[in-house]
Amino acid sequence: MSSLPLAVPGRRRRRGMRHTLDVRVSPYAYVAPFFLLFCAFGLFPLIYTAWVSLHEWTLLSDEHTFVGMDNFGTLLADGYFWNATFNTLSIGVLSTVPQLVLAIWLAHLLNRGLRFQTLFRVSLLLPNVTSVVAVVVIFSQLYGRDFGMINWVLSWFGVGAIDWAAGTATSHVALSTMIMWRWTGYNALIFLAAMQAVPRELYEAATIDGASNFTQLRKITVPMIRPTIIFVVIVSTIGAMQIIAEPLLFGASTGVAQGGAANGGPDRQFQTLALFVYEQGFTKFDFGYASAASWLMFLAVVVVAGINYLITRRVKGGLI
Amino acid sequence: MTPRIRRLAVPLLTASLLALGSAACGGGGGSDTVGTASKPEEKVKLTIGLFGDFGFKPLYEEYKKTHPNVEIVENVTQFNDHHNNLVKRLATNAGAGDVEAVEVGYISTFTAQPAKFQDLKQYGLDKRQSDYLDWKWQQGLSKQGGELLGLGTDVGGLAMCYRKDLFEKAGLPTDRTEVAALWPTWEQYIETGKKFAAADVAGAKFVDSPGEIFRAMVNQAPTGLYDAQDQIIVDSNPDVKKAWDLSNQLTSEKLTAKLAAFSPPWNTGFAKGSFATIICPAWMTGFIQEQAKDSSGKWDIATVPGGSGNSGGSHLMIPKQSKHPKEAAELIDFLTSKENQAKVFKEEGTFPSIPSLYDDPSIQNFTKPFFGDAPIGKIYSEAAKALKPQHLGPKEAEVRVVIGDGLGRVEQGKQTPDQAWAQVLEDVKKIK
Repeated sequence: MSSLPLAVPGRRRRRGMRHTLDVRVSPYAYVAPFFLLFCAFGLFPLIYTAWVSLHEWTLLSDEHTFVGMDNFGTLLADGYFWNATFNTLSIGVLSTVPQLVLAIWLAHLLNRGLRFQTLFRVSLLLPNVTSVVAVVVIFSQLYGRDFGMINWVLSWFGVGAIDWAAGTATSHVALSTMIMWRWTGYNALIFLAAMQAVPRELYEAATIDGASNFTQLRKITVPMIRPTIIFVVIVSTIGAMQIIAEPLLFGASTGVAQGGAANGGPDRQFQTLALFVYEQGFTKFDFGYASAASWLMFLAVVVVAGINYLITRRVKGGLI
Repeated sequence: MTPRIRRLAVPLLTASLLALGSAACGGGGGSDTVGTASKPEEKVKLTIGLFGDFGFKPLYEEYKKTHPNVEIVENVTQFNDHHNNLVKRLATNAGAGDVEAVEVGYISTFTAQPAKFQDLKQYGLDKRQSDYLDWKWQQGLSKQGGELLGLGTDVGGLAMCYRKDLFEKAGLPTDRTEVAALWPTWEQYIETGKKFAAADVAGAKFVDSPGEIFRAMVNQAPTGLYDAQDQIIVDSNPDVKKAWDLSNQLTSEKLTAKLAAFSPPWNTGFAKGSFATIICPAWMTGFIQEQAKDSSGKWDIATVPGGSGNSGGSHLMIPKQSKHPKEAAELIDFLTSKENQAKVFKEEGTFPSIPSLYDDPSIQNFTKPFFGDAPIGKIYSEAAKALKPQHLGPKEAEVRVVIGDGLGRVEQGKQTPDQAWAQVLEDVKKIK
């Protein structure tokens, strides 16, 4: 009898608790799947890689001896590691800079009233949808030394057969064009999306003031889409630092590599950092060394992305 | 570290490296074997991992007639990938096939890990010992010699293939005995190359690339890249240095087409007739036939300079993780049987490792129209009989890659032979 009035507040209290629980906890439950997956496939491997990098650890043996920072010491003295770092930066700059300039220009062109707009926008994305394997195989044929189309066209101008894959600079140019082919349109679309948010009135006013098309791009568009530019620069930088499929497949399909394709040519002329990691880990099975290289590569990505952030932040924002 | 953690750790580590390195080259599919121990009438699916075409396909059909319950799935991957993947799959205890082919360049890597493979003696395959060339049999034994881990498929006795039409254009003899007489030694082979180059045949060089020639020359020596104690002796073995110098002479005399073996441009080179000679271990004849389909009758085969040697050849092994080792062992026994090795040779060119076949009239008299009816059975029998086996070390393939790269740097004009050699020796030292 007396239990009834007692039970009501109890239930209410319980419902209240459930409510607070719902409000406080369930958001975490909603984001949990991502973080659980991230922990399993992102964070844990990251930490585990650091652990492995402190060992002499090869797939061919079950014994893993702790060697401290030895792998890092060897790595910093390894000319091939620095060579890979140089190649990565060189290919990164050669591919990213022209790519972003081209992407802004393309987006600017598409931002005006054009016929068949959707068609153009969709076709921008097509190279990105193509499989990287197909792209590299076809470009490798275009860049072929004996029967490649590019050398054939160049021969009209009296240029002798260039062995694209053999040279350092030439192979970097070849790889950069493959990367640009795949990513320019994608970045152009991101820029285009940002440009559409720029108020039309600004352009109208500028046109009345007699500003040319290029001035409008420089003085209105670029400052107004600055946050997007920062985003794209950082994402492209990270992407460029991790290039592996292109050089690996380029080596295999041009036959410039005598033995393994993982070394980026006999002189390692186009071995990138990621490919260096792959070579150490998956062709030599030296996981300790490969893990150390991955960690240094990770740090390098952070540093380079940070520098790019600082530079792009200085691009003037807003309108003066 | 406990085995369980390790089993978890290695795939996760793999995932992490791939994640950091933007995940380009994953391994292929694994085996889909049924999990239970099988009774004879039960359906059994056997996966067999190969690199390139072994010519086994017709044999599978034949095998199914007597073993209707067995389904055979063949996974073919590229040479380096195949062996690298096998190492990974053994280490992670997952994904390897029931039967895996291993080339001689890698055989010592795997026979050093007997715990990862089934001992074929358990399945009575040691009865096959009397069939085999003794050295081929020895290569399939574990390092300590206790276990039988692999059964040989073919041996790669050496010969030299050449294009008759290109030789004719260059004013060289085309008959195979006359051609063989041109080059008893490698020095004379290079001299012949100079004559070929002097004739300036449009679009054709004398040889594809120095890499495979180097390998052949080293294989002809009594000892190669390793000594009997498994020490790398690249820096001290005069035969290796001699092979290096001669290979680079091919480059300096501009006799090579700069086409690395097994690359797409090399394949195109076959079709376009970009090179007049190519080193021809028995299995290469199959490749040529496949790549140069239009040039039937233009190729011929002569003896190799510098005496006989072995280049290539494989073994079939059963990883410990196979769910059907008994059935896999039966399949290996079938695929490597005397009759079937003879059949595969006639189709695919890979030469048997069973010496009693060498004097068999059906092999001795075997000719191939593609090679201008050259008596390839006789040529390769002689080569295999004269062959002196060489000890191969555990990182044979890795050492070969390092030297191949050195030859490549010289060929591409990036270094002088001496600079390249110095770098090769440095790189070889790093091999663990």
